[in-house]
Amino acid sequence: MKEYRLIGKRLPRIDARDKVKGRALYTDDISMPGMLYGLILRSPYAHAKIVKIDTSRALKLPGVKAVVTGEDTAKVKFGVISRSRKFIDEYPLAVDKVRFIGEEVAAVAATDPDAAMEALDLIEVEYQELPAVFDPEEAQKPGAPQIHEHAPGNISREHHMKKGDPDRAFKECDLVREDTFTTQSAIHAYMEPRAALASWDLTDKLMVYTSTQTPYYVQQHLGRTLGMNPDNIRIIKPFVGGGFGGKSDGLSAVEFSAALLSKHAGRPVKIVCSRDEEFTAARRKHPASITMKTGVKKDGTIVARQSRAILDGGAYCSLGPLTTVLMGTFQTLPFRFEHFQYDGYRIYTNKPPCGAMRGHGGPQVHFAQDAQLDMIAEELDLDPVEMALKNGLKTGDESAAGFKIVSSGFAECLRKVSEAADWQDKKRTEKNDPKKAYGIGLGCGGFPSGAGFYFNKTTSAHSSVIIKAGEGGGLSVLTGASDIGQGSDSVVCQIVAEVLGLPIEDIHITSADTEITPPDMGTYSSRVTVAAGNAALNAAKAAREALFKVVADKFEASPDDLLAEEQKIFVKGSPEIYTSFVDAVNLYQKKNQGSPLVVKGSYNSPDPLSPTYSFGAYICEVEVDLRTGELTVLRYTVGHDCGQPLNPMSVEGQIEGCISMGMGYAISEDLRFDGGQTLNPSFLGYAMPTANQMPKIEITHVVTDDPHGPFGAKETGEGSLDPVAPAIVNAVYNATGVRIKDLPITSGKILQGLKDKDR
Amino acid sequence: MEKELLELTVNGEVQEVAVKPNDTLLEVVRDNLGLIGTKEACGVGECGACTVLMEGRPVLSCLTLALDATEQEVTTIEGLSTGEDLDPIQESFIQYGAVQCGFCTPGMILTAKELLGRDKNPDEAEIREAISGNLCRCTGYAKIVEAVQAVK
Ligand code: FES
Ligand code: FES
Repeated sequence: MKEYRLIGKRLPRIDARDKVKGRALYTDDISMPGMLYGLILRSPYAHAKIVKIDTSRALKLPGVKAVVTGEDTAKVKFGVISRSRKFIDEYPLAVDKVRFIGEEVAAVAATDPDAAMEALDLIEVEYQELPAVFDPEEAQKPGAPQIHEHAPGNISREHHMKKGDPDRAFKECDLVREDTFTTQSAIHAYMEPRAALASWDLTDKLMVYTSTQTPYYVQQHLGRTLGMNPDNIRIIKPFVGGGFGGKSDGLSAVEFSAALLSKHAGRPVKIVCSRDEEFTAARRKHPASITMKTGVKKDGTIVARQSRAILDGGAYCSLGPLTTVLMGTFQTLPFRFEHFQYDGYRIYTNKPPCGAMRGHGGPQVHFAQDAQLDMIAEELDLDPVEMALKNGLKTGDESAAGFKIVSSGFAECLRKVSEAADWQDKKRTEKNDPKKAYGIGLGCGGFPSGAGFYFNKTTSAHSSVIIKAGEGGGLSVLTGASDIGQGSDSVVCQIVAEVLGLPIEDIHITSADTEITPPDMGTYSSRVTVAAGNAALNAAKAAREALFKVVADKFEASPDDLLAEEQKIFVKGSPEIYTSFVDAVNLYQKKNQGSPLVVKGSYNSPDPLSPTYSFGAYICEVEVDLRTGELTVLRYTVGHDCGQPLNPMSVEGQIEGCISMGMGYAISEDLRFDGGQTLNPSFLGYAMPTANQMPKIEITHVVTDDPHGPFGAKETGEGSLDPVAPAIVNAVYNATGVRIKDLPITSGKILQGLKDKDR
Repeated sequence: MEKELLELTVNGEVQEVAVKPNDTLLEVVRDNLGLIGTKEACGVGECGACTVLMEGRPVLSCLTLALDATEQEVTTIEGLSTGEDLDPIQESFIQYGAVQCGFCTPGMILTAKELLGRDKNPDEAEIREAISGNLCRCTGYAKIVEAVQAVK
């Protein structure tokens, strides 16, 4: 790999200083003169008609300045995937009907939070309860309650894909296995609850600060639901305390209610969700039941796959129609299938809507896939690593779903981790201690570096960056890419600084203010490094070109012979002939009648699916207490191919974060329901991993030079999650002989499995 | 509810604030004193984001009544270092990549500060134990532990 000055270096984040000093402003940290406090009234019923809402008593309460319900809205539905009418199925405040416990019914704004709280109790809603359905199998039966008129059988989306002829191919296989796997309800649990602060000016322009991953979608969807031109809406994304897909729905009732209340009250309104609201009513991951049939040859070559997934969608679409597709297509990474068939059904139920969560359908199907391949390897007496090597996608391959692999370090990931973890020896560890057992397991993954399409109709590029040079030699970089904690601001600055030979401190970034920054799809589908990174790269190159032109004229050299380094532009091979970067900017202005140097760069994925794909192989080691079923995760050995890591420290941070989230998914996190009621809506009840539960993590960067990524980089934020859970599941099997097919792995399930085995 | 005047010592400064008897220390530092570095992620004592130091001991400010904080030295993240300076822990968090979204960071740093105050060289297990009441959803804690360990 080429050596760079900044690229590939372990650089601290540009915003870390403000964050450690407690100075970074998140939405709830921002206040305005005259600001009111808003709260949302939520449905206590899983399915009910709204007969009448009386807000008069609430409005009379001192301090209350506005109360709004669905009747005060334009009654326009929204849905983030707005290309299809069917997926636009939700009112930002309920109209006529509620479909899950926690659905937004009304909102109040008052001069202090206590008054707002009291006002919620004074809103009188008359409901007429309807029969509800909570189980996706039940919901499909004839006579089941109908949740939406447009969806007979409560089918929110079905998706079918087929390549080759799996039925015929199975007949020629040496081994065919069919298993059903189920996964639970999990949730993002970002640390910063959703929040929005809205205010209007007297020309009817709306400004909203919001904790979002997708400011441009919020602008569009707010415009649509409020019945106004989106260009009259300014969305500002301050610092965001994590999202993981939970703030990517294009709109939430929080933003909408704050805007509407503010309009009614004529004052700024801030709404901040409580943690209870986040656990009971926010978007979450789809629970799924996946029946997977895989046929292989004796030597472990995978021939065919047929699978069927039932997704429990909850009451509205959210991003679920896409999840339904991705649970099929993601199965085709990182392995080759000659014959492939997938049938996915997303079913409406009277529970909180499920949408995108980190990995977006991947964690569910990779759990199933890797667990099943582990079983197959055992039956054929093959080594799972060898079998993965045999079937892994290589550079130049196309997956069964049409993913074009332009760079793959998968094989190297497998080799490196099996060596680093001492896989061959450790998997044969003797099991002769009656009290505890050691086990080791493999998980594999591959993930797109960003979707190649917008969810709505637009002519905008996927990402754009504007660079504006200041007379002092500093650069303003404007990007719509949304840093939500993953570090995209730092990456964009790093790329611009690298290209222009400037220190990172000279780059001043404004990210995601729709009034100022150019459009960007936002932070989802692991697209930011490649898309916004390439847009930044293109913009920086345009700035360099403009400056080189004037400097070349001055030195009577060719622009091709110039270099930008150390805040200078100089002639290659003659470092004494140079002009400082500041002088070059001023020279440019002089030559252009004072017009400032402003350039832009854009990026569109060359492939409608995704420009490129990351790969990973993880080995997990566990210990199981055979008397109690207690599971301790000892160690993860990670091999990850994210192309050229732009900042290895940030890449590791993403992987380590994925390991904690994936571990939680595998062994503890589980939103439990009684009907439509969430039983454990708290951090303690939800039980995500704490510092003392985390294992040792050892990461090997497998560096590939991707042809599409900026400086050869690919994604790492989502794909890193997929192998985590299956690696534990397979390690538990290796330790105990207990095969877990439904997540999470609890000690109870392990104990039960041990008992069943002894029978 | 009637408000009463209260004297609080926050970050070395004596401040007079008008509080209701049920106001939490978290509400008072954020809303009355404008010290927004202290974060609320749950409000019910389950995440550690709101951690401040009282007489050097970490407390959950969302569970502490402002009334109970009188005659005590309260330190928020803003008081850990003055002006542009950083405490060595803050510096270490930056250098080791322990900060992602940053929402858990102030509480995490103050918890670690107290640990390092009573134990100059904690081992990895002690660090993990000490910060186990502070949830972080971004980092998997690895770089946070490294950062604390690196403080000398
Ligand atoms: S906000 Fe106080 S512990 Fe969570
Ligand atoms: S850095 Fe985001 S929660 Fe810790």
